[in-house]
Formats: sequence, structure tokens, C-alpha cells
Amino acid sequence: MTRTDLRVIAALGARSVKQTFRRPQLLAPIVVFPSILLAIQTAGAGQAVNLPGFPPVNSFLDFMLAGAMIQSTLLAGNSGGIALAVDIEMGFTDRLLAAPISRFGMVLGRLAGTAALSFLAGIWFLVIGLIFGAQINEGVPGAIVMMVLVTLSGLAFGGIGAAVALRTGRASVVQGLFPLVFVILFLSSAFFPQDLLTGPAATIAQYNPLSFIVEGIRDPVISSLTWEVFGKAIASLVLVGAIGIALSSLALRRRLRMGG
Amino acid sequence: MTWAQSFDATWALMRRAANEIMRVPGAAIPGVLAPTIFYLGLTSVFGALSNLQGFPAPFKDWMIAVSMLQGAGFTGAATGVNLARDIEQGWFDRLLVSPAPRPVLLAGLVLSAALRSLIPATFLLVVGFAIGVQWPGVDGLLIALVVVMGMGTVAACWGTTLALKYRSQSAAPLMQAGMLLLVLTTTAYAPLDLLTGWLQTVAKYNPVTQILEAARQGFIGSVTWADTWPGLLCLAGLLALLSALALRGMRRTGI
Repeated sequence: MTRTDLRVIAALGARSVKQTFRRPQLLAPIVVFPSILLAIQTAGAGQAVNLPGFPPVNSFLDFMLAGAMIQSTLLAGNSGGIALAVDIEMGFTDRLLAAPISRFGMVLGRLAGTAALSFLAGIWFLVIGLIFGAQINEGVPGAIVMMVLVTLSGLAFGGIGAAVALRTGRASVVQGLFPLVFVILFLSSAFFPQDLLTGPAATIAQYNPLSFIVEGIRDPVISSLTWEVFGKAIASLVLVGAIGIALSSLALRRRLRMGG
Repeated sequence: MTWAQSFDATWALMRRAANEIMRVPGAAIPGVLAPTIFYLGLTSVFGALSNLQGFPAPFKDWMIAVSMLQGAGFTGAATGVNLARDIEQGWFDRLLVSPAPRPVLLAGLVLSAALRSLIPATFLLVVGFAIGVQWPGVDGLLIALVVVMGMGTVAACWGTTLALKYRSQSAAPLMQAGMLLLVLTTTAYAPLDLLTGWLQTVAKYNPVTQILEAARQGFIGSVTWADTWPGLLCLAGLLALLSALALRGMRRTGI
């Protein structure tokens, strides 16, 4: 990767972040909705910590913080895909294709923006969590691990959003994935301990990579950091990221072959 | 305009909204799909909450009315988004120069939302009964559906007020988030005694709590007038307040 590629990625990433802050419809799913759900679910289902089998936690907020972060990164990936599809619809991507820059840098620029937004959203949830009484068991090193995993999650989920955007070129189709994000979330241990889930969710959550990722983010908050949980989270992120990048590459190649 | 002409104009606007569903069936999918996914998802995730001491019913019975109101909220908010689109594209200006008075234009918009809110509610009921939700009885079902239509109208008035203020589809998240907050800051997840912190206080004074309890009563027990009238009263109050705001927005809209 050349210096020019890095400059292109940085410029496109910065554009992507600015674009999100300028359009409330892109920012709301990343920050507003997960914050509302975090506040309401924490107070609404707070007594859940008294259920037999619930892991020992200081408060339900400690448990829910990782869920809110992962929800935000999933929606950041979706919003990134929508923004990329809008770029394709408006002809901006065509202008980039005509420019002497790496094709892959174009996609990586968008993903860098999504990762940066995920990092900012992670900081947001960490700050409001601490303000409202959450305790990070592993302290500052734990918080750093959380931010690393949240940022990598944004990159990985952004790859899936980018792949759909490049394949279809239509914002409405990517927007249609919005409900699917919640299906994936509800079929994981994002909001409740795996052992206390009911119905098919209990079985699916055991194998859902999102469960491993969210456990990796939650681990430093409610217990001590372990290499096993961290390793599983990283492996799951690599898996999701590899799928996203492979699908994005295929979709981009197809788009170039078909001429947009 | 005479009453008959006003009725005809309202009916025409309602038919236009209905045509949209027939011509673009996909447009109704998010409004139906989102509350259904939330219902099934939340039931699977938080289902164990019904094991808490003092929880009066299985969680799937507890949540069905919440999701029906959520569906009505999404449908009403969609009315606001559609109006914002009509404003952006100039169609609404054409309505404003027509001889139809502002209240008639508003009635056409919000009444169509009331009817449309029955679509997600019906779908949710089918899904709910399929997974074993308690039959609420004819009276319980009728009360729930009336409440759903009322909340659809409330949400449409809220969406219309915001669409007229911001005149842009960018206000969509505000329309949706407002209704989401109104419905979820109630006894949505648990009975009042089991809520914690700020939510317990907010839910106590949020009028939608009474509305939700009226819609929910048949699904978790028997239907009583004592559980019905506070909900209907709160619904009427919300309707009066939000329709007044929407009408004020309509009257202030110039061409």
C-alpha cells in the first residue's frame, strides 16, 4: 500500500465521518436509537440480575453496555453501506473510478470511516455508562480492549454493508437490512445471558459469531480479561471481516466488469 | 365547503394513502416487519423475566400489546415521512391551493394512518396466536384494536407536526424516536413495581402507560371497565393535544 493510497483512505474516511454528522438519518441509528434502548432496557429489565443463573454483575447497565456498543457498530456498518449506495446512485463513485486511485482504497476509505464512527460511538457509550454508574472491572486496560474490539467490529460489519451496497447499488436495498440487524442481535447474547435466552435464540446464540464478539467486549466490564474470550472475539471478527472483504471485492469486480 | 364535500375530500385523501399500499406493497413491509421482529426477539431475549416474583403473565402475552402499539407508532411516523416527501416534491402545495380546508387535509392524513395501523396489528396478532398468546376475548380484542387505531392517529399527528415544521424527510428519525420513547417509557418490559430507577417514575406519569394497560388487559387477564376508561381518557387527551398541534402547523403553512 503506497502513501497515496493511505492519503486516499484517510480523505475518504474523513468524508464519510463528516457525511454522517451532517445527516441526522445516518447518525440516529448509530447513537440515538441504541442510547434510547440502553436507557429503557436497563431500567425496564433491571430486575433481571435477580434471576437465578444471571452472572454476578454490579448492575444491569454493566451487562448491557457491550450490547449497546455492538448494536451501534452493526448499525454503523449498515449506515456506511447506505451512504456508499447513495454515492453510487448520485454518481460520486463513478467519479472516483475515473480518478487515478486504487479501487480497493475506495472501499477501505468507507470502511475506515465506519470504523472511526464505531470508535466514537464506543467512546460515547463508555462515557454515558460511566456517568450512570457502570464499573469497568479491568479499568483502563479493559476499556482499551473494549474500544479495540468495537472499532474492529465497525470495520468487519462495514464490510458486509459495503458488499451489499456495491452489489445492488441501491440505498433502499441496504436500508432493508435494518430489520436483519435486529434479528442477528436478538439471536445472540448481546442483551441477555446465553443461558437465560428462550426458544430457538438460546440454541442459535451458542454459534452466532456476534455472541463471541459481544462477550469479548463485555468480559473486561463484568469479570476479568481472559485470553480465551478475547481470542474467540478476535477470531469471530476475522471471520466476519474476511467474509465482508471477500464479498465486497467480488461485488466491486462485478460492478467494474458490468460498467456500474 | 359543506360537510358532504369535506367528507368526500377526506375520503379521497384516505384512498390515495390506501392506493400507495396497493401499488407499493413493499412500503408497508418495514412497518409490519420491524414490530414483529422486535416482538419475537424481545420475547426470546427477555422471556425469562416472567420468572421474576410479581410478574403477572408469560412474557409473550405481556409484550404483544406493546408491539401492536409500536407498530401503530411506526405506521403513524411513516405518515409524517410521506407528508415530508409530498412537501419536498411540491404535491402538498397543490393540496394547499385546493378549496379543502386545513382540518380536512389533516383528517385525510391521520385517518388513513389509523386504518393502516391495523395491518401490523393484525400480522402481530396472527404471529402471537401462532406461538400461543392468550385469546383476549372479543371485548379485549376490540379494545386493543381501538387503542391501536388511536395510537396510529396520535403518531400520525406527531409525524405531521414535525413534517410541517422541518419540511424534510431528514426529520424521520425524530418522528420514529419520539413514538418509540413514548411507547417504551411505560410498563412495556415489566409491571410498574418491577421497573427500576427513572423509568419507574416516568412510566407512572406517562399517559401511554394507561393506554397500554387498556390494550394489554385481555391478553393477561380479564377485561374490566376500571382498566379500560383511564386508557381511553389518556388516549383522548393525547389525541386532542397532538391534533391541535398538527392543526396549528397546518394553519401556519403558507403557499
